[in-house]
Amino acid sequence: MSEVWQLWTYLSEGPLLWLTLTLMAYLAADRLSLMANRAPLANPVLLAVIMLAVTLWATATPYETYFEGAQFVHFLLGPATVALAVPLHANLGRVRKALVPMTAALLAGSATAIAVALGVGYALGLEIEPLLSLAPKSATAPVAMGVSERIGGAPALTAVMVLLTGVIGAIVATPLLNLLRIRDWRARGFAVGVAAHGIGTARAFQVNETAGAFSGIGMGLNAILTAVLAPLAASLF
Amino acid sequence: MIFHITVLLAFQLLGEGISRALLPVLPGPVLGMVLLLAAMLTVPRLAEAIRPTANGLLGHLSLLFVPAGVGVVGHLDLIVDQGAALVAALVLSTVLAIAVGALVFVGVARMVGQADE
Repeated sequence: MSEVWQLWTYLSEGPLLWLTLTLMAYLAADRLSLMANRAPLANPVLLAVIMLAVTLWATATPYETYFEGAQFVHFLLGPATVALAVPLHANLGRVRKALVPMTAALLAGSATAIAVALGVGYALGLEIEPLLSLAPKSATAPVAMGVSERIGGAPALTAVMVLLTGVIGAIVATPLLNLLRIRDWRARGFAVGVAAHGIGTARAFQVNETAGAFSGIGMGLNAILTAVLAPLAASLF
Repeated sequence: MIFHITVLLAFQLLGEGISRALLPVLPGPVLGMVLLLAAMLTVPRLAEAIRPTANGLLGHLSLLFVPAGVGVVGHLDLIVDQGAALVAALVLSTVLAIAVGALVFVGVARMVGQADE
C-alpha cells in the first residue's frame, strides 16, 4: 500500500498526470456529448470541468498543482485565437456581404449584454464592485479582466463571470435560436460569439462551420467594442 | 505540423508585441488573428497550408477552456456570496444578448438585401 502511495505522490506532483487527465476528461466529455447528439446541456467544457473538479476534490489536490500540467492546454488558447483567421478567411466572401447586418448585430448584442447585466444587477441590489465586474463579462477573458480592473471591478470575479457566461451561452443558444426560428447560420453564430465569446464559439463550431466562423468574428469584434462600451456604461454608476 | 504551429505562434508573438507597444486595449492573440488574415490575403498559399492544423485546433476549442474552468470551480463561492442577483444578471443578459443580436442580424440583413444565399 505504501508503494502505491509513493507512486501517487510522485505522479500527482508532476505535470504529466494532470495534463493526461485533462485530455482524458475532455475526450470522455466529448464522447458523452456526441452520444447525446450534441445536446446543449451535455456541454463538453462543463462535463470535463465537473469530472476534473471532483477528481481534484477527492484527491485533495491544490489547483496550482493541477495547473502545472493543465497550463500546456491553457496556453493553446492564444494560438487557437490566431487560428480563427483561417475560417474567417474561408468565409470572407460571405463576411463581406454581411458587413451591415454584422455591424448592427454587434452594436445591439454588445450593448444588450452590458445594459441588461448592469440593469438587472442594479435592480436586484448588487453592491458596486460585483456590479462593475459584470459589465465586460461577455468579452473574451483577457479583455474582460483588463476592462474590469480599469472601471473599478474585481478582475478575479470577472474571470468567473466570463466563464459562466460562456457556458450559459453555449447551453441556451440552440434552443433559444430555434425558438426564435432563426435559420441563418451567420446570424446564429455571430450573436453567440458576441454574447458568449470563445466557449460560445466552441459550441458554434460543433453545430456548423459557418456559424463557427461568424462566431469567431463576433467574439473578436466584441472584444474591441466592450473595451469602449463597458467603461461608458460603468461611468453611469 | 511544426511549421503550422510556428506560424500561429509567430503571429501571436507579433500581436502581443503590437498590443504591448501600441494598442493595450486589444489582446495580442486578437491582433495576431487580424495580422494572419492580412497575411493570408496577401499569400493565399499560406491559408491552404495551415488550414488542417487550424481546423484541428478549432475543432477542439472546448478542450482549451477546461483548465480555466476547473479554476473557476474553486472560486464559485465568489458567485454564491453575491446570491441570486448575480446569477439572474448573468443568465438574463446572456439570453437577451443572443436573442437581440441574432434578431437584429436577420432583420437588418433582410432590410439591406444581404440575406444568406
